[in-house]
Parts: sequence; structure tokens; C-alpha cells
Amino acid sequence: MTATREKAAVAVADKGMTKREWIAGLVQRRGSVVVLALVVLVSSLSFDTFATVDNARNIAMQSSFLAIVALGMTFVIISGGIDLSVGSVYALGGVLAAIGIQWGSVAGLLLPLVVCGGIGLLNGALVAYGRLAPFIVTLATLLGARGLLLAITDEGANTRLMPRDAVLTQIGQGTLLGFGYPVWIAVVLFAVGVIVLQRTRAGHSVLAIGGSAEAARLMGLPVARRTVWLYTASGLLAGLSGALAAAYSASGVTIVGVGFELDAIAAVVIGGTLLTGGAGTVGGTLAGVLLLMVIQNVINQIGTLSSHYQSVVSGAFLAIVVAIQAYLSRAHLGRERST
Amino acid sequence: MAEATVTPIAAPTTRRLRDYGVYAALGILVVYNLIFTGNFATLSNLTTQLVQVTPILIAALGMALVIGTEGVDLSVGSVMALSAALLPLYLGYGLMPAILVALLGGALCGVFSGTLVAVVGIQPIVATLALLVGGRGLALVLADGRLKDIRNPTLLELGSGSVAGIPVVVLIAAVLTLVVGFVVRYTTFGRQLVAVGGNRSASALAGLPVRRILIVTYVISGVLAAIAGIVATARLTASDPSAIGQLAELSAITAVVVGGTPLNGGRVRILGTVAGALLMQLISATLIKHNLPTSAGLVVQAVIIVVAVLLQRPRLAGAK
Repeated sequence: MTATREKAAVAVADKGMTKREWIAGLVQRRGSVVVLALVVLVSSLSFDTFATVDNARNIAMQSSFLAIVALGMTFVIISGGIDLSVGSVYALGGVLAAIGIQWGSVAGLLLPLVVCGGIGLLNGALVAYGRLAPFIVTLATLLGARGLLLAITDEGANTRLMPRDAVLTQIGQGTLLGFGYPVWIAVVLFAVGVIVLQRTRAGHSVLAIGGSAEAARLMGLPVARRTVWLYTASGLLAGLSGALAAAYSASGVTIVGVGFELDAIAAVVIGGTLLTGGAGTVGGTLAGVLLLMVIQNVINQIGTLSSHYQSVVSGAFLAIVVAIQAYLSRAHLGRERST
Repeated sequence: MAEATVTPIAAPTTRRLRDYGVYAALGILVVYNLIFTGNFATLSNLTTQLVQVTPILIAALGMALVIGTEGVDLSVGSVMALSAALLPLYLGYGLMPAILVALLGGALCGVFSGTLVAVVGIQPIVATLALLVGGRGLALVLADGRLKDIRNPTLLELGSGSVAGIPVVVLIAAVLTLVVGFVVRYTTFGRQLVAVGGNRSASALAGLPVRRILIVTYVISGVLAAIAGIVATARLTASDPSAIGQLAELSAITAVVVGGTPLNGGRVRILGTVAGALLMQLISATLIKHNLPTSAGLVVQAVIIVVAVLLQRPRLAGAK
């Protein structure tokens, strides 16, 4: 499969892309942005309450937490892996922030980052050096992180409040130019993510590993070390997001985050990143997150429609997007076969 | 170090641990409980453990088949919820029609996932992820987000009754295990399924109807998940689409993997899957009986999963 795709890539490079392939590539990379724009346009025309500054703030705020988690997931998926543990790690990060803040805001931020980064490190080490399937490793840490979370919260009975005057709580709740700090943090992280993926050697090696880990190794890339870093970053981002969410609500809630990893994966896939690895964009993920959140927002705006339709629509979106992806990548292969 | 030189031949000790480790662990845990846990060796405790494991066990049977084709079915929990939601909608027409509709729902879910995987060519994780997300939403929409009490006496009898001292749900699980085990080992379809999981393109070149085999496998998984949903509903005496099947896909995958079925397909171990499900059930039961928190159970489960896959890791022939 991979070999064929590489051959196809070489063929395209040799002969230049046809118009159809150019369009196929564009749909793959920019499709989510176009769909997002359409949904926003239709929603703005349909509801007076949609295209307001308040609603935009609302959507941006709710998107920021998922976006930060999905950013790490994007890199992991581009490298050909997957991180199922982020939902539990996100919840754990929130509770650890609420615990750590009693020793000050720095501790409140450091504690979740250290522990969640450590879980990511463990994931990365087991995947890279243990050569275990990412799916099953992160499934195990999903269970383990939730176990840890339950253990430190009296089996989930304990919700810790965070002092409202602490700096960390202020970061979660404060605003700049009308938008909350977590929104700006997400924006900055995504900007960094775009630069890292497109402009740095580390980013290019992630793409190379996802294309073919074996080829990347033969090229002399430090595949194992990079892989460890990727999962560590994913754990760090999930922990950071959890800490910010806890600061936003001024409490470390234990029941959050169940299924959050699936939302993150859905956002990444809808954003045009291939689950087979080797191709994807950070900007697409942002569009994917916003799309999921706008759908949720619109369904809430239609008062008569049950909020349960939200996941039905999200699931349908996911199925349609991956079907189109499969069709487009076959269009590439079809040309290869005919020549 | 090249992947191409990997042979699935493990060192004898590792292979034996991989193939029989789950039975050994189960045996050790049983012996430990017999000695150190009061009221363990009672018939009522035995039946309680068996009854509690049935929904996951039934779902895990289908999961084992799907994993055998080098796939994975993340939708089983949502399909359980969907069948649970369909059940009370049609109970007015009688129990049989209601069960048939619930099973049909599961089968259609299987057709959906199977088609996405086999015909459209989408990775199993994503294809079934779409149904995991959408399926529970659909179940909640059908049930209006509400829990519905089950008052049908036959269905309640199915959940709590017993024949000759054996709970009906355990009998159902036992029969399904035998049927699935028979299909895997003694039928053409079973052999084809394993062949497709072992090497899909070779199977296609050998003339096997790969697409049909894959779709049928996902349909079987969907129907088994629907049965698991019906059993869970009957046990709970209520249809609760937001709770039934929650995280069941992870428990089922765990049972299959711990039972020795490799995630990269080509092999199905039904008896191992049963042992894997029982092991996980017994671990949480043991911890509860010794007043240890559920959090410890999750961590123990996590460790067991990692150990199980470490044992399954294909060794490199010669080198390393």
C-alpha cells in the first residue's frame, strides 16, 4: 500500500499534477475549511443569535480546550500512531491543577504538566522501544490514568474548588480583547504547531515517520526518540488543556473527559489528516474542532431539536469525510495504475 | 530490524506464556480467592460472577472475529445501547418482534461498518468510530434520552430466571460461545475469515470473496453486540441508552487481547477470549471483596493489558 503510494507520489512529481489531482489534494487539505465556512454562513442566515460576538466568544472558548488536545493528537496521528489516553489525561490534568494550586499557581500548573507529560512519555517509550501497538498502549494508559484520577479523588467523590483569586484561575477566566485567555493560548499553540510541522526538521521527520517508519529509520532519522517526544507532547497538551479547563470552571471535576479522545480524533480526521499517517495539517484540525463545536452550537440554538442529535450529526460528518478521503486517495492510485 | 524478516515464531517459553498465560492467571486468581476470600466458593457467588460478565463476553465474541480479520469494532458499546433503545419501542407488538427489530438494528450497524471497511476502504478504527459517536446519539434520540422500565415478564424472566440452577443469560452466552467457536474452527467461513486477517491481498488473489467475508464478520459482531444489549437490558430491568454499553468496546477489546488473539489478525482464540473476560471480571470482583477501590482495578487492568501485548510481540528471528 505504502509502496504504491510512494510510487504514485514519484509519478506525480515527474509528470506534474493533473488538474483533477490538484483538486483532489485541495479538497483533502482545505475541504474542512470550506465546509466550516458553509455551515457558518447558513447558520448566520438562519439564526439571529448565531452571528453575534457573544456566541463567537462562547464557541471559541469551548473549542479551545478540545483544540489544544487535538493539536497533540494531530502530530501523533500524522506519525502513524494514535493516542486514546488523552481524555483520561485531560481529566487528570484538571484534578491535579486543583490539587497543586494549594501550593501556589506555579505548582498548580507544573503538577499536571509533569504527571501528564510523564504518562505521555510512558506511552511513547512503550510504542517506540517496546514496539507495541499505539492503540493498545494508550488504551492501557486510558484505564491507568483514570484509575490514578479515581485514587487521588476518593473514588471520584471529591471535587476540589480552586481559589478564584489565584493566578492560574485568572488565566482560565480572564479575557483579552473580549476573548478568554485559553482561546489565545490555543491560537498561539496552533501557530507554533503550524511552524513546527511545516518549517522545522522535527516536523518534517514526523511526516516522514508517518509515511514509512522503516524508510525514515534508513534515512537516519531518530525515529524512536521523535516518537517518544510526540506522545510526551500529546500528554503535556492534554494535561495543559485539562488544567486550563479546571481553571476556567474554578474546580477540578472528576467526571469530565470520558470520550474526549474520540472527539479529538474525529476533529483531526475531519480536518483532513489521514489516520494512516504521513499526511495532514494543523490548520485542518482547527477547522475540524470548530466544525464540531459549531454543529453543537447550532443544535443547541434549534430549541426544538434534541441535543442528542449532536453526536448523530458528528458521526455522520465523520463517516462522510472519511469516505470522501478514501475516494480521493483512490483517485491518486487509479492514475498510477493506468499509466 | 526490517519488518519483512519478522516471523511469527516466538521463543517456546514466550509462546506458551502467550497461549496459556491467560488460563494460568485465571487459575492462580481462582486459587487465591478460594484460600483468602471468604464466601468465594459458593454457588451464588459463582453465578453472580458469570452473570455479570455475560454482556461483555457476548460482545467480545464478535470483537474476536473482527480482530481476527485485522480490524477492530469500536461501535459495540453504542450498538448495545441502540438495541436497548429499540427494544421498548416495539415491545407493544410482542417480545419476539421487539427482539427481532433490535437484532436487525445490530445487523444494519454491521452492514454499515462492514461496507465502509470492505467496499469504501476505510480503516476499521475510523469506520467504527463514526458509528461509536453516531450510534449512541441515535440510541438517545430513539429513547428521547430517557430510561425506560421494562415490564415484559418474559424479558424479565430472561434476565433473572434460571434453568436447572443455571441463569438463562449464562446459558445464552455459553451457546453463543459454542456456536462462534464452532464457526471459527470447523466452517469454511471461519477459515476464510482467518485467512483474510492473515493476509488480505493474498486471500483476494486466491479468489476468496474478501469483501463479503469482511461485511459478514462485522454483521456478526453487530448482531452479537445487539444480543449483549438485550441481555444487559433484561438484567437491568430497564432500557438505559446512556449507560448500557458505556466503554464496552474497551472491555471487549481487552478480553480478546488478553485472551491471546493478536491485534494484527490472522488468528482467533474464542476460548482465550472467554478466559480473558472472566479474568478481568474476577480481578475487579477480587478487589471489591478485599475492599480495594475500583481505581486499583483499573490500574491492574492496564498493567495486564500491557503484559499481554508484550507477550504477543512478534520476535525477530535470529537477531535480537
